[in-house]
Amino acid sequence: SFCCFSVLSPELKTTLDKVVTSHKVVLFMKGTKDFPQCGFSHTVVQILKSLNVPFETINILENELLRQGLKEYSSWPTFPQLYIDGEFFGGCDITVDAYESGELQELLEKAMCS
Amino acid sequence: MGVTKEQVESSLTSKLSPSHLEVIDTSGGCGASFAVEIVSTKFEGKRLLERHRLVNAALENEMKEIHALSIKKAQTPDQWKQQQESDNSKPAA
Repeated sequence: SFCCFSVLSPELKTTLDKVVTSHKVVLFMKGTKDFPQCGFSHTVVQILKSLNVPFETINILENELLRQGLKEYSSWPTFPQLYIDGEFFGGCDITVDAYESGELQELLEKAMCS
Repeated sequence: MGVTKEQVESSLTSKLSPSHLEVIDTSGGCGASFAVEIVSTKFEGKRLLERHRLVNAALENEMKEIHALSIKKAQTPDQWKQQQESDNSKPAA
């Protein structure tokens, strides 16, 4: 690619490293956990609530730099983005799939005990 | 303008050579939202996250204009075949 423009500065990367490890489960979403502003974000919030795990949400609609930086940080083009134990887990479809197969519950249990 | 279903299909076909591909325009025609089912040998040995990354990468240019992309299925031909067989055997019982 001939495009070299990047918003993910070393400073922003360091900040994101801290944010994603600040809690076991971090969800970057459109809106807040009480007022999701997109169906995909709503779905992931509902799944996490139903599993009774504590999770932190961050509203990417309020910070354009964060929104663009995260896309590069995770190499993932859309939101929501779910992080478990400091690691990018996936977007809405992956979370739904893992929830239905039981893989998500397993991973969250492991993360909570670690 | 948005992206057409045909553009999404042609990018996925050229980059992932799928044996099964279904692209559904879920935007009601404005071309901003799609659901995708895709079966490809390129998914073999890859976790779901990696498979979705391949689909996102294949649609890198389109993603700039797509508002919502839902990857309903990203399977290998073997998984697809197994699922078809189990779907077919259910009503027969």
